[in-house]
Amino acid sequence: MPEISRDEVAHLADLARIDLDDAELDHLAPQLNVILESVASIRGVAGDDVPPTSHPIPLTNVFREDVITPSLTPEQALSGAPEAEDGRFRVPRILGDEQ
Amino acid sequence: MTETLIPFDEVIEKFDPALGLEVHVELNTNTKMFCGCPTEFGAEPNTQVCPTCLGLPGAMPVVNGKAVESAIRIGLAMNCEIAEWCRFARKNYFYPDMPKNFQTSQYDEPIAFEGYLDVDIQTAAGETETYRVEIERAHMEEDTGKSLHVGGSDGRIHGAEYSLVDYNRAGIPLIEIVTKPILGTGDKAPLVAKAYVAALREILLGLGVSDVRMEQGSMRCDVNLSLAPKGSGVLGTRTETKNVNSLRSVERAVRYEMSRHAGVLLGGGAVLQETRHFHEDNGTTSPGRVKSDAEDYRYFPEPDLVPVAPSREWVEELRSTLPEPPAVRRARLQKEWGFSDLEMRDTVGAGALDLVEQTIAAGASPQAARKWWLAELSRRANDMGVDLSAVGVTPEQVAAVQALVDSGKINDKLARQVFDGLVAGEGTPEEIVAARGLEIVSDEGALSAAVDKAIADNPDVADKIRDGKVAAAGALIGAVMKEMRGQADAGRVRELILEKLG
Repeated sequence: MPEISRDEVAHLADLARIDLDDAELDHLAPQLNVILESVASIRGVAGDDVPPTSHPIPLTNVFREDVITPSLTPEQALSGAPEAEDGRFRVPRILGDEQ
Repeated sequence: MTETLIPFDEVIEKFDPALGLEVHVELNTNTKMFCGCPTEFGAEPNTQVCPTCLGLPGAMPVVNGKAVESAIRIGLAMNCEIAEWCRFARKNYFYPDMPKNFQTSQYDEPIAFEGYLDVDIQTAAGETETYRVEIERAHMEEDTGKSLHVGGSDGRIHGAEYSLVDYNRAGIPLIEIVTKPILGTGDKAPLVAKAYVAALREILLGLGVSDVRMEQGSMRCDVNLSLAPKGSGVLGTRTETKNVNSLRSVERAVRYEMSRHAGVLLGGGAVLQETRHFHEDNGTTSPGRVKSDAEDYRYFPEPDLVPVAPSREWVEELRSTLPEPPAVRRARLQKEWGFSDLEMRDTVGAGALDLVEQTIAAGASPQAARKWWLAELSRRANDMGVDLSAVGVTPEQVAAVQALVDSGKINDKLARQVFDGLVAGEGTPEEIVAARGLEIVSDEGALSAAVDKAIADNPDVADKIRDGKVAAAGALIGAVMKEMRGQADAGRVRELILEKLG
């Protein structure tokens, strides 16, 4: 039986930058468990001889030629941005460090 | 915060350093890793972006085949195994330098793994020591965008009010090459770190897969360092100093972190596992982010890209395109040219190896080629503040100048004036000799008259020579050369003097 703890849900929420209060955590943690349990039923079908699958189609080596294709204009690129300045995307103050 | 720094010698007495180096290399493909946007450096902001590299909904990435080819060639040049089958993975993190909120990278299935690189360092005694640096992996990923922090005191992230992001760089193919812990280097740790990055850079340059311009960021180095009590055989807590962007800085960063770690440890403290920023201006580091809890990237296989499975035929085909390894080439050329170790080291150190090789190919002798590039043209390049290759003289021209010397038309001294003319763009060596009137005077009459004049002007020197002190002839030769404005064959002048006074 998969079990996701309330602490794990809080950690995931933190990583996903979702601000959950105590009541929301109490509410959501059991719901996530229900989802995990449903998905886990697949385990009952797939035996040890069935490897985990990340791609349903057995294709490999799909490559593109190294040839330039047209880019967007800066106006197009920035058209969906909430804020722009000097041809750049303007983003709120960044907390923490660069990766 | 003031750090307690322990003198390097004391660090070595008490601790064993362990190094680890992560080098990011931007490939010089025409297009990005997963889309057809151009990769040229220095374009106007956000002019090289498309729905794929901006992470817009519904956009689908496709792998650049040329980038995979370059990755495999890099792996092979580092003596790595090439994966038979590997996938891309999403590295999830929130930071606006990746518009997708994840970086497409490789996780537990790198394209290349288990290699090594042998690097040479010079000891203080002038001996060469070789260290084998084991390569853990080389994997494919994409570069991030560039952020400009506005409103802070110094353009840095802390104190900034907001940031401006340019995604031209986001998606440029990147290869990350990671070493295994490098142990047993002792006091050579800073030199080994620098030599490894230099050797790697040389290999990448030879492969032609990257510009490897550290100052432009197309090659970036993260330096991992830890100390353990001497002889303990354990690994201490490491720090990761990010974006150390010159060879000299790699050496300095290792040295500084060794002294700083030792200060923390000897003071009874514990080294914090964190990233550090390197400061080019004073060679110190300052704390960045603490690694332990932030390091949860929730990697998972990238569903939008199919696996890469390079056939063994393709890998062998690429192996056959590898250039001769730089160290092997140097050894071969040294033998061919008959250079001493010192001559070879000076040639390599001056960045003259290719130039000397091309000059020899154009007909000059190895010693002549070396002499002009290292003695004459290195000095000029230094004065001009440019690389030797940008001094304004080609290998073919150097060979042509030497041919003029060999034929007796000019001597070494006049050749220097020919180089003046070449640097000034006055034409071919032959044209410069003609235009500047540099050809050696072979008119025996004029030469004889100049010798007679020198003897008459220096009667006491002449007497010495008459008495058999042949060594004194130098003074007269000098006087004759001056009279002939250098345009005489010194050997012939000497003969004439000895004939007349013999």
